[in-house]
Amino acid sequence: MWQKYLFPATVQEALEMLTAHPGESQIIAGGTDLVLQSKRGQCPATVIVDITRIPGLDFIVERDGFIAIGCQATHAQIAASPLVRERAEVLASACGSVGGPATRNVGTLVGNVVNALPAADGAVALFALDAEVEVADANGRHWMPIAELYAGVGQCVLDPCAQMVTTIRFRPLKPGQASACQRLANRKALALPTLAVGTVVGVKEGMCDMVRISVGPVAPIPFRAREAEATLLGQPPMSEAIAHAAELAEQAAQPRDSLLRGSSDYRQAMVGVLVRRALTEAVAKAEGR
Amino acid sequence: MPTLEMTLNGKLLSVEIKPGDLLADVLRDKLGLIGTKIACGEGECGACTVLVDGEAVTSCIYPAMKVHGREVFTIEGLSEGRELHPIQAAFAAHAAAQCGYCTPGFIMAAKALLDQNPNPTREEIKQAISGNLCRCTGYYQIVDAVEDAAERMRGEG
Repeated sequence: MWQKYLFPATVQEALEMLTAHPGESQIIAGGTDLVLQSKRGQCPATVIVDITRIPGLDFIVERDGFIAIGCQATHAQIAASPLVRERAEVLASACGSVGGPATRNVGTLVGNVVNALPAADGAVALFALDAEVEVADANGRHWMPIAELYAGVGQCVLDPCAQMVTTIRFRPLKPGQASACQRLANRKALALPTLAVGTVVGVKEGMCDMVRISVGPVAPIPFRAREAEATLLGQPPMSEAIAHAAELAEQAAQPRDSLLRGSSDYRQAMVGVLVRRALTEAVAKAEGR
Repeated sequence: MPTLEMTLNGKLLSVEIKPGDLLADVLRDKLGLIGTKIACGEGECGACTVLVDGEAVTSCIYPAMKVHGREVFTIEGLSEGRELHPIQAAFAAHAAAQCGYCTPGFIMAAKALLDQNPNPTREEIKQAISGNLCRCTGYYQIVDAVEDAAERMRGEG
């Protein structure tokens, strides 16, 4: 399957290992997706660069006004992090629903993102948190909005033989702001989501001053329901306004018919239900109820 | 071929492997430890669960190179001679196995839980084994067995 398995000691060394094998190299962290892709012949890489032994990349910290999560942080670590649970609950819940415990012990949030699947629980939560990612390559490091990483279903814009994501960051929620997620799946555990919804809401003096709604998989990439967000912004978060926003999110979603996940019609109708529930929950928490 | 060094069930050993070998295959085919089962081969069923540095991992999708210099614990490391480990004894006492193919994975998932949380609730037990599938017994006896094993390990059983 693979010809070389390398352990770099620094990000710089990892990038050098990648670029030394153009067209053949690929980063591995937990490997819960990459191993399957390699087994199925869906990944051409033969030189595997394992970044899990580079010191100092497993952080989950608050710094410079952001929550920053390193590329080695696993779903289990993020789901258990008091910082994430308190200040970005939607992400803790999402990471806690990925796969089973053994997958969460190994799989990373950054891996969830760079695999670029629209159903990825962690990614849906990060869209609701308006996250950014730090990309390292030969030119240095730069930040980009998470949505710009996505080129299509399972396609990340980064060059796997030259670039890596080192950090994800987003603003922690403040008093008066709260998040919630809703998930529909065939089983309570070990099941990919039929639908996943993440919401972040801020309420100030009785009005919504922040609304973000993300949904997956209803489009080639995790989907932000912008019209639904706009209709609720500046409004009091009453149940009629929430129901209207949920209706707009439902109309904007374009889920495919899927033997695995259910019909397009069913899933579209459920987008409205889940968005309404997630908004209602987030508003109640933001208002301290 | 790279040489993999690890502590396996408390003993340091080294074995020649290929860079793409997976841990379950190394354990079963190179080291003859066939207690670890491969069922789905995709990390979806938990039959291949082993502990790496105390944490449960699905060894069928875990690159063997990752355990270089680390501690691996398999079902073979549990009993002391013919003396069953309390988790194994509890599984037998509660008839928590039928065909038995999923059992080593369940027991290793239970060990990962009980090593970190000696007094789990039934809900925590269900969470801990939520990555393991059994297609014949059902799960009640397994949850009962883990609960009983926790008592035995605390010296109350």
